[in-house]
Amino acid sequence: MYARPRTIEEATRAMTMPGALALGGGTDVYPAHVGKPLSRPIVDLSRVEGLRGISHTADAVRFGAATTWTDIVRAQLPPAFDGLKAAAREVGSIQIQNRGTIAGNLCNASPAADGVPPLLSLDASVELASPEGRRVLPLSAFITGYRRTALGPGEIVTAVLVPSPASAARSAFVKLGARRYLVISILMAAAVVERDAQGRILQAAVAVGSASPVAQRLPDLEAELRGLAGNPSAMLAPRHLAGLAPIDDVRATAAYRLEAALSAVGEALDLAVGVS
Amino acid sequence: MIAFELNGTAVRSDATPATRLSEVLRGQLGQMGTKSGCDAGDCGACTVLIDGEPACACLVSAAQADGARITTIEGLKALPRGALLQQAFLARGAAQCGICTPGMLVAAVALLDREAKPSRAMIEDALGGVLCRCTGYAKIIDAVEDAASGTIHAEASPQQGRAVGARIARLDGGPKVAGTEAYGADAIPADALWVRAIRSPHHRAGFRIGDVDAFLDAHPGILRVLTAKDIPGRNIFGVIPPFADQPVFAEGEARFRGEAVAAVVGTRAAIEALELSTFPVTWEEREAVLTIAAALDPAAPQLQEKRPGNILVRGHVEKGDVQAALASGAVTVEGTFETAFVEHAYIEPEAGWARRVGNRIEITASTQAPYMDRDDTAAIMGLPPEAIRIIPSACGGGFGSKLDLSVQPYVALAAWVTGRPAAMVYTRPESLQSTTKRHPAIMRSRMAATREGDLLAMDFEGDFNTGAYSSWGPTVANRVPVHASGPYVVPNYRANTRAVLTHCVPSGAFRGFGVPQTVVAQEQMLDMLAAKLGIDALDFRIRNALTDSTPTVTGQVMGDGVGIRDCFEALKPQWAAWRRAAEAFNATSDRRKRGVGVAGMFYGCGNTSLPNPSTIRFGLKPDGRLALHQGAVDIGQGSNTVIAQIAADALGLPLALIDLVSPDTDLTPDCGKTSASRQTFVTGTAAERAGRALRQHLLRLANAGEGATLSLDEGRLVVREDQVVRTIDLAALPRDGFGYVQCAEETFDPPTSPLDANGQGVPYAVYGYGAHLAEVEVDTRLGRVRVLRIVAAHDVGRAINPVLVEGQIEGGVAQGIGMALMEEFTPGRGENLHDYLIPTIGDVPPIESILVERASSAGPFGAKGIGEQALIPTAPAILNSIHHATGARITRIPATPERVLAAIRNTVP
Repeated sequence: MYARPRTIEEATRAMTMPGALALGGGTDVYPAHVGKPLSRPIVDLSRVEGLRGISHTADAVRFGAATTWTDIVRAQLPPAFDGLKAAAREVGSIQIQNRGTIAGNLCNASPAADGVPPLLSLDASVELASPEGRRVLPLSAFITGYRRTALGPGEIVTAVLVPSPASAARSAFVKLGARRYLVISILMAAAVVERDAQGRILQAAVAVGSASPVAQRLPDLEAELRGLAGNPSAMLAPRHLAGLAPIDDVRATAAYRLEAALSAVGEALDLAVGVS
Repeated sequence: MIAFELNGTAVRSDATPATRLSEVLRGQLGQMGTKSGCDAGDCGACTVLIDGEPACACLVSAAQADGARITTIEGLKALPRGALLQQAFLARGAAQCGICTPGMLVAAVALLDREAKPSRAMIEDALGGVLCRCTGYAKIIDAVEDAASGTIHAEASPQQGRAVGARIARLDGGPKVAGTEAYGADAIPADALWVRAIRSPHHRAGFRIGDVDAFLDAHPGILRVLTAKDIPGRNIFGVIPPFADQPVFAEGEARFRGEAVAAVVGTRAAIEALELSTFPVTWEEREAVLTIAAALDPAAPQLQEKRPGNILVRGHVEKGDVQAALASGAVTVEGTFETAFVEHAYIEPEAGWARRVGNRIEITASTQAPYMDRDDTAAIMGLPPEAIRIIPSACGGGFGSKLDLSVQPYVALAAWVTGRPAAMVYTRPESLQSTTKRHPAIMRSRMAATREGDLLAMDFEGDFNTGAYSSWGPTVANRVPVHASGPYVVPNYRANTRAVLTHCVPSGAFRGFGVPQTVVAQEQMLDMLAAKLGIDALDFRIRNALTDSTPTVTGQVMGDGVGIRDCFEALKPQWAAWRRAAEAFNATSDRRKRGVGVAGMFYGCGNTSLPNPSTIRFGLKPDGRLALHQGAVDIGQGSNTVIAQIAADALGLPLALIDLVSPDTDLTPDCGKTSASRQTFVTGTAAERAGRALRQHLLRLANAGEGATLSLDEGRLVVREDQVVRTIDLAALPRDGFGYVQCAEETFDPPTSPLDANGQGVPYAVYGYGAHLAEVEVDTRLGRVRVLRIVAAHDVGRAINPVLVEGQIEGGVAQGIGMALMEEFTPGRGENLHDYLIPTIGDVPPIESILVERASSAGPFGAKGIGEQALIPTAPAILNSIHHATGARITRIPATPERVLAAIRNTVP
């Protein structure tokens, strides 16, 4: 069974098939089936109208679910999205960026998903559609655990919504991996920082990936950053990472990830405010 | 039905909509230029353009290709930039084995379409998604730059007598850049049955196969289940006959995760649709030992009854009085060093097919060792060796692992029992699970030197995790003690090694047979000694380097061709300049520190004290062309080209007259295995002798002396001597059984001698020598290491083809970088190419090759091997540079960011 819906309604109806598997850019579905038959019903979302592309509304930037990472790299976006663009360039390779989609990255719900920390730091939310209707969830509520999401039966992601950032907001993304290209991160950090004319931080949002089952914001740190002038990395301390729960795996140990997180968060913040 | 535009032509396919586009192209449309390396987007070999944008065809469904415009390697020649890139790749030697070449070329076309004059950084970004395991990427970058600028550096075919030393493009390169080269999975007959192995999911498990008949009834396209009881001959194979111990199908107990216990044979569709979990087998997981320490525990389960204590074999070399010399040394150092399983990670997984021809079996498969495959498969099939014909396909990378059998016995057995062609293509996880790896090693060493800086003694103990079966474990255990001294004079020496059996995938041959592990210890300890003595690390090496007249640790005096000192001397200018620059950089840099390190090596070419002959047949055809029966499998290293260059000059006729007869056990005499850096040396010498012998035959035809010149002109042999010209009409001459009017067949087996109880003797007729200089930058906060540049000086005796030698060096350096910094296979974890990491184009820095030519009287035109030599010094040079940068000594590799950071923290300033 291979469904090729043209509309969101057809797509959500098809997704109610038992065991239905949504196929976007294929960059997660096919690697999960190496040497194994693809026997589940597939719902190919790549031709659903209106799912791809970036649009601007009065109060938000809307990324259609099927928007690829290359689309994001090439888009004209405010500086607050530089971190997201940097993350887009780190997704696999050009080949993967050309096919992989923003919604697929979220739905795969890997702790190491490159897109999640920058989107968390941008206060992104996820627009969902199902035969029952539409709803919007904050990204932090959409990814519920290691490879788990809030997607209900028949539900698909239709868009990722980012509230229009302040024009002064700047952002950065730092990825630590064991090689230059095609690498799953050992650790990622994303930061969005808005400063006043004197260089004091008005708002900061910081998120860390690959250091917990789901990438996490660091609210205590964000609160302490408010009002700070100068080099943010100088004030960082291990207590700021209290919300993280890294694990040991083939890429690194938990202890190293915490060290790396401290360094990467500082680097991302410094990059975002333009000091080094 | 889907329809799309393929290279400008409308095509249709009835593939099911979820079929991978790579399979639509290959399986449905017969376009085999697009390669499958991982099916997971990790290697980029299947890169195609979809509406002009690069994509991995393995991640695109057939339905998603519907209506698209698709460009593959087959379409490149029609595109101006595509054709230029193909010429540039060929001319530069950017294709070695060639398996990544289609993906590289397609990705490069997309780049040049967007960016006419790309920078090096842009090239790296564009090609970062295609892995290459052979070239080290250097010549690929050069080729893209050439194509962008429109300058192709093609060398004309060399004139008579000028083939040796010519920088010519590889003779077999055309099909590689065109995408028409046929690798193991590329020429499988459409009616072939497919074979899939049932493999143990546990490191060690008892198992019971259940109701096979019910399984077959439930799966109509599956025709047979094969197990140990179906094997007509012996259910044992192994590359070293006296040690052969590996079953084709495990009996009673599986001894490593990934070991085959059965195979299913059926139609391709049925095999691909099979859920392996439905196969009727029950497993009883048992206690496994995975590490050397666990296996050596007296209470450990025993892998093999005939190998008490789990010790497969021991190696030993000793001379002088080590204990006394260590005690008398002015300075001593000691250390323990540990290395990991390393995966070969060629981009072509194992693949091949067989057919039954009467009472013979023909096997076409990717291999490095056709005659060994023949003999081992014959024993398994209970047939005489002559009943098996091995036709090596093009080999998409080997590096040692394709010396061992993989698909061959399974396809042979399936074809034999069904009477139909049978094919098998390993998935990437199967390849990672079941094929050999580099031995993990634990090495303890002590060294002593005099106050003046002369090496006095070395005491080395190395244990090597050889996995569940012997494979090349004995070779590693015997080669290491001969090489653990490095290329230095060590008057008092003892090296003891053990190959230890564990419940891991077998360790086997991997570029250097254990020597790349030993230099991690020995070359770092030389730096430690030099530091204690207050002597410059390069001067210390030069002072102690072997010479033509000093003995190795086995007591061998080479007499000529010992170029290690020349290699070190060649590095002196960069050594001084780079060290100064790094120290200047560090004076102003707090977080990032640079360092420069050096390491040397020597490496014996060919088998250790064992026969390993090669035979070359060289015939003159009645039409005036030459047939070179060149049985040395070219796995990308270049034997098709190098052996022909040697043969041409030995004969004294132009290279362009030679037609290659490719390896085939029915057509080419045995040239041994492509391994141990032996083909240029051993097969090259056989080719030199065959060329000279054929020359003698031709001179005799004309009653001419050695000084005469030969030429071939439209079916006539013309022999000129002084003012006399004799012309011989070849068509009028009698022909031999091969159809040749003249033919020579010559064999060369390197002169070696057995080693005595203390390992003294002549293990190799010739060694290759080399030294690398590395500069790294270490991020001392995160432990990240970036290699900034490498200079590699290698004494190759004579560079028969400098382009190919550089290619070996650059590729060896890249593998050395991987071994040093990122490569570690853990059985049962990360059986794919996104968890097992090899260097990408962004991880290999600029490499400068310095070719030293100290001719060896033993080799053809003075030549020595380079294949393995090129990799060996890279890792220790990097480790020594990390120490120079940070003061931290890395005793366990790979030097991951985490380990480097820990080492920095442990360093007391």
